[in-house]
Amino acid sequence: MSTRLTTRPPLWLMALVSTAALVGALVALALAGSSTLPERSGPPIEQLSVERTVLTPGVIDLTIRNDGADPVQVAQVFVNDAYVDFEGGQAPIDRLSAETLSLDVPWQDGQPYLVSILTSTGLVIEHPIEAAVATPQVDGDFFVSMALIGTYVGIIPVALGMMFLPLLRRVSATTTRALLGLTVGLLAFLALDATLEGVELASGAAGAFGGPLLVLLGAGLAFLALTAVDRYLRGRVDRADDRGAGPMRLSVMIATGIGLHNLGEGLAIGSAYAVGELALGAALIVGFALHNTTEGLAVVAPLTAQRPSLPALVGLCLLAGAPAILGALVGASVENAALSALLLGFGVGAIAQVVTQILPSLKARGERSLNLPALGGVTAGVLVMYFTGLFVTI
Amino acid sequence: MTSATRRGLLVGGASLGVGAAVIGTQGANAQPQPAAAPHMAHGGGVNGATFRAGAVVDHEANGFHPTEILRDFDYGTTSVMADGRVLREWEIYAVDTEIEVAPGVRFPAWTFNSRVPGPTLRCRQGDRLRVRFINGSAHPHTMHFHGIHPADMDGVPGVGAGIIEPGDSFTYEFDAEPFGLHLYHCHAGPLAEHISRGMYGTFIVDPPEDRPPADELIMVMHGYNTTFDGEGNQLYAVNGIPFHYMHEPVKVRRGELVRIYLVNILEYDPINSFHLHGNFFDYYPTGTRLEPSEFTDTIIQGQGQRGILEIRFPQPGRFMFHAHKTEFADLGWMGFFEVTD
Repeated sequence: MSTRLTTRPPLWLMALVSTAALVGALVALALAGSSTLPERSGPPIEQLSVERTVLTPGVIDLTIRNDGADPVQVAQVFVNDAYVDFEGGQAPIDRLSAETLSLDVPWQDGQPYLVSILTSTGLVIEHPIEAAVATPQVDGDFFVSMALIGTYVGIIPVALGMMFLPLLRRVSATTTRALLGLTVGLLAFLALDATLEGVELASGAAGAFGGPLLVLLGAGLAFLALTAVDRYLRGRVDRADDRGAGPMRLSVMIATGIGLHNLGEGLAIGSAYAVGELALGAALIVGFALHNTTEGLAVVAPLTAQRPSLPALVGLCLLAGAPAILGALVGASVENAALSALLLGFGVGAIAQVVTQILPSLKARGERSLNLPALGGVTAGVLVMYFTGLFVTI
Repeated sequence: MTSATRRGLLVGGASLGVGAAVIGTQGANAQPQPAAAPHMAHGGGVNGATFRAGAVVDHEANGFHPTEILRDFDYGTTSVMADGRVLREWEIYAVDTEIEVAPGVRFPAWTFNSRVPGPTLRCRQGDRLRVRFINGSAHPHTMHFHGIHPADMDGVPGVGAGIIEPGDSFTYEFDAEPFGLHLYHCHAGPLAEHISRGMYGTFIVDPPEDRPPADELIMVMHGYNTTFDGEGNQLYAVNGIPFHYMHEPVKVRRGELVRIYLVNILEYDPINSFHLHGNFFDYYPTGTRLEPSEFTDTIIQGQGQRGILEIRFPQPGRFMFHAHKTEFADLGWMGFFEVTD
């Protein structure tokens, strides 16, 4: 028995042999397998997605990525049914590789353009530019404007909402539950809204990166990450104090979820600004203020029985609002639908996680299901978001 | 955002044609581009539509050259029949061949004698014609002539020999009637597909008495629907290659009579047109009368329409000619005459 044990090969050797066998089998399959199956009978599958469009006077720069199965050779380009001179794309673009085409186009401000890329096989891949607007230069002014946008739509509304805290302190436990219900309602609305927006965005993005699946991926990752953070916080809290820090933990979680959501919101605003689709008027700012003030309310809803310090409140406000600035910056400078979809997904996952956190608080002690005030709150939250959302169509 | 589409061009073409037309008229004043224009300087942008600067197709690999097609008339092999009439014979092959229709763009064409447009068959009114058609293509085809001939020589499915299957051949035999400018094309179904793939050519029947001596040119207006969606063309051309005569202007002599045999076989688009800059021409619709119908600088032709243009260029220099459906001009159908002493 003991001799058999000693002759047994060491673990590392077994692992090595198994891996070698696997690699060998894969190589054999690659070499032999391809010859046993027929060639693809159809034409090459050529796909390009435009990741970034930069308009400068007389020139349209397109960054295109091959997200199809086969290399794509750009042969010629026509814009609004006229062939144009261009630079770049001389060599075939391999799968997942990117290339920038500089088109010589005397484009007119505000006019729509349809860029048609004619490949070597005669396929036409189209990219519409809904309204041509000079792409903002990334300079000091640009950063200032994006920071201002982020502040207006993110930080200020959240801070406004948090100002209701003194008022909330005076209300009954039932009203608090209704308020938490309101929070759940508005968060659920945000999650659904972001999901739809993400799916819409991603369905136009490079399919090779997953398309709409990216939203779910982002949501799943954010949900798992926040659950882990929550476990960690809960563990520390349990050791420090049995119940005391619970409401603050909930507020942090809500602020984080809303922050991730505002990242996506900033992204949408920033990219709309970059392509000149956003009128940065008073209507938008006021609309967002109304819309996002409810988010501030959500952040402080768990804190009605607390006396949080001012720095803690400022921290919560920044956690929930400041990501809008980052989002606006990224959105205005990077046109990447896949990335945007992923980030929107993060927001969705974060919100879903937060909702699961709040739900238990909606029930009064000993109740098995939600009571009427809580349900009324949820309904009100959804409706408030819907109607305030009408002001901020991007 | 972006969709890989073999459709959808029609939408873009219809809704955005206005912008293209604006650019096109600006392009009318453009100077021709040197073969290797410095990037983004001129010959693009407001200087007019162009392929990527300096890019040209490989005519040698294509096996035909638009400049040569201009003056390439195929009179066939002639002999005299017992009754004294001229017997004129040709052998025409249907061939599947890949053509570089624009720099870097491969088009799987179906052709007559490996070229687009097919050979220009020329005869005189009253000749006896024998066209031996050999189908070397992988697809069934026919050869349908415009002109006056017996029904069984019409080259359409179900009449006479009907469809000529791959590997088969048939000799179309008829008298050359009436004099004028005609055309021939494949008439197998689907008709639009067989035509748009490149199966067409010019058929000239000279009048009994020669027309006045002239520098004679063939111009066949056509297009390429490279996406095969049957909803318009991505490329428009005269004699095979878009923008070709921008790089290699049609050279003519000042004061000399120039006669253009102009044929429109453009598929999918309802009309085509021809506009000449800085000059006027006499127009003989279908070439069946010896008197011109019009003195003009712009004519319109539907598919299958054709006519003869006669011009004397009084001034030297470069004069544009293009479709005055300017969208087609911007998509390849434009060129230059170069008039020299």
